[in-house]
Amino acid sequence: MAEMQIKPITMNFGPQHPAAHGVLRLVLEMDGEVIERADPHIGLLHRGTEKLIEHKTYLQALPYFDRLDYVSPMNQEHAWALAIEKALGIEVPRRAQYIRVLYCEIGRILNHLLNLTTFAIDVGAMTPLLWGFEEREHLMGFYERACGARLHAAYFRPGGVHQDLPDDLLRDINNWTKTFPAFIQDMETLLSENRIFKQRTVDIGVISEEDALSLGMTGPCLRGSGVAWDLRKNQPYDAYDEMDFDIPIGKTGDCYARYLIRVEEMRQSLRIIEQAIANMPSGPVMAPDHKVTPPQRGEMKQSMEALIHHFKLYTEGFHVPEGESYTAVEAPKGEFGVFLVSDGTNKPYRCKIRAPGFYFMAAVDHLSRGHMLADSVAIIGSLDIVFGEIDR
Amino acid sequence: MNENDLINEAGSTSESPLQLMADHLREIGQGIVLSSGIVHGEIELQVSAGAVAQLLLLVRDDRQAAFTQLIDLTAVDYPERKDRFDVVYQMLSMSSNMRLRIVATVSEGQTVPSVTGVFMAANWAEREVWDMFGIFFSGHPDLRRLLTDYGFEGHPLRKDFPLTGHVEVRYDDTQRRVINEPVHLVQEFRDFDFLSPWEGMHNELGGNAAKADPDKTAK
Repeated sequence: MAEMQIKPITMNFGPQHPAAHGVLRLVLEMDGEVIERADPHIGLLHRGTEKLIEHKTYLQALPYFDRLDYVSPMNQEHAWALAIEKALGIEVPRRAQYIRVLYCEIGRILNHLLNLTTFAIDVGAMTPLLWGFEEREHLMGFYERACGARLHAAYFRPGGVHQDLPDDLLRDINNWTKTFPAFIQDMETLLSENRIFKQRTVDIGVISEEDALSLGMTGPCLRGSGVAWDLRKNQPYDAYDEMDFDIPIGKTGDCYARYLIRVEEMRQSLRIIEQAIANMPSGPVMAPDHKVTPPQRGEMKQSMEALIHHFKLYTEGFHVPEGESYTAVEAPKGEFGVFLVSDGTNKPYRCKIRAPGFYFMAAVDHLSRGHMLADSVAIIGSLDIVFGEIDR
Repeated sequence: MNENDLINEAGSTSESPLQLMADHLREIGQGIVLSSGIVHGEIELQVSAGAVAQLLLLVRDDRQAAFTQLIDLTAVDYPERKDRFDVVYQMLSMSSNMRLRIVATVSEGQTVPSVTGVFMAANWAEREVWDMFGIFFSGHPDLRRLLTDYGFEGHPLRKDFPLTGHVEVRYDDTQRRVINEPVHLVQEFRDFDFLSPWEGMHNELGGNAAKADPDKTAK
C-alpha cells in the first residue's frame, strides 16, 4: 500500500475552554495527538488601555492598572506610582513604602494561590482550588479593609498610599500569617509528590536558559530555568532592600519547576509580610507635596490653600516634566514595566505597559511544539496566563 | 527626541559605571549610534532604523555589555514630526544590571528590519507595533494583526485615530447575528483636558496633548 500524506488536523481550543484561563483562542495544528504548531489568537479582552490612558490625567489613569492583571492589582499600581514618582522626583514616606511592600506581597500570594490551584485543576486535582480560594478570600478581605475594594483597589497613589491602615488590620494579617503555612503544607501534600501531578508536569514544557532569555521570560518562568534574577533583589524599589528573603531558583525549567518556585515564593512572601508588619514605621502615608498628593479632609475645612490644592488636583491634575522613563517592578508573574513618555502636560503622551504574560503567551508556540494536546493545558497553566494584562 | 533630553543627569560623572557603559556602547556601535545619553539611570541610544538589528546583535553578544534580554519593543507617535514614529527597544543586561533603550526614528511607510532573528521575544512585540501603529517590519516571519478584531481597519494607537474608534459592534436580536456599524454617539464626544481652568472643553473629536497649544507641547 502506498504511503499516504495525512493533512494535519486544525483544532480550535477556546475561547470558551475552561483550561484556556480566560479568553484565549488557540488554533492547534495537530498530527494525531501531537501538536505541530500552536497559534494563539489573543485580543478578545483588548480594551485599549494604553489609548485610554493617553486621554486621562495621571491620577485618573491609575485604576486602569487594577484591571490589567486583575489577580494582583496592587503590584501593577505600584509600577505606575513608581513611574510617576521617578519622573517627578518625589520621595515616598517610609510607612507608605512598607505598606506598599506588605500589600505587594499579599498580592503575590493572591496571584500564586490562583495560579497554582487552577494549574492543579487543569491537570486533574480539584481539592487545592477549593482550599486555595478560601485563603484568597481572607486576603481580599485585607484588601477591602485597607482601601474598601476587594479587587480594584486604586490604593497606591503617586506619593504614597491613599489612606492609612485601620487600627487592628496589621494584627489580623499577622494572625493570618500564622495559619497560612499549614495551608501551604496541606496543598503540597496533595500535589508535590502526587504521582499524577508529576506525570503531567515533570519534563513538560522545558525552557532552556538561552531560550528563556531570548523569549523575554521574566519572573518564576525565568527563574525556573535557572536564572537568578529578581527585581526585588537586583534593582530594589521602595523598602525591599530592607527585607530579608530568598529567591528560589529552579533547575529543570519544566512545568514542575515553575510550580515548586511559586510554592516557595509564597513562603518567602510570608517572611516579607511578617517583617513588614514587625518593622512597620509610624508617620505619614503620603508625601507632603500637595501639588501631587491631596490634602487631608480636615485641613480642607480650615485652609483655603488646601481647598484650592484639592480642587486643582482632581480637575487639572499634576503636570509631569517632559521626558521618557522605563520603570519596572517584580509583579507576581514577572517583570511588569511602564514606559512613560510625558510631554509636560497633565496627561501622559504615551504609556506602554510591558506585561509579563504577553511574552509567556508568545512562547506557547515554541513550548508546545512536539507535545501532546493535553500537555498544552499543563504548559498554559504553568506559565501563569491572565488575559487582562496580555490584551490590555 | 531633542538634545535637551540627552543631557546627563546630575551625579553621573564620567567615572560612573553607567557612563562607562554608555561610552563602551558608543564605541562598539561606532558608525551606527547617532547619539547617546543617560536619562533616569537608563542608557539611551539613537540609531537609524536600518541599523537596529545590527546594533541589537552587537550589544547582545558583546562580553562586557551582554544585553541579553529584549524586555520590550514599542513605538511612539509624533504626528507633527516629519519622521513621525519612534520605535523603542528596551534592553536589559543582567550581568551589569543596567537598562538600555534604543530609539530609532521612522517615517510613515518606512520599513524597519525585524529583530526576530536576534530575540524571539520580538515576534509578537513587532506584530503588536504593526497592529497598533502600522509600522512594517521587513523579514518578520508572520506579521499579522495581533490584538484587534478580525478584519479591523486602522491603527488605534496613532494619535490621529479617535478614542471612540470608527466601528461599533452589537448583537442584533432580530437578525440573530453580530453587526458592525459606524460609531453613533448619542451625546457629542467630550474631552476635557483642564489645562486651563476656564477653557476645559474641546469640541473636536479625539486629540489631547497633540492638539493642545503648541507652546505647551514642546515636542
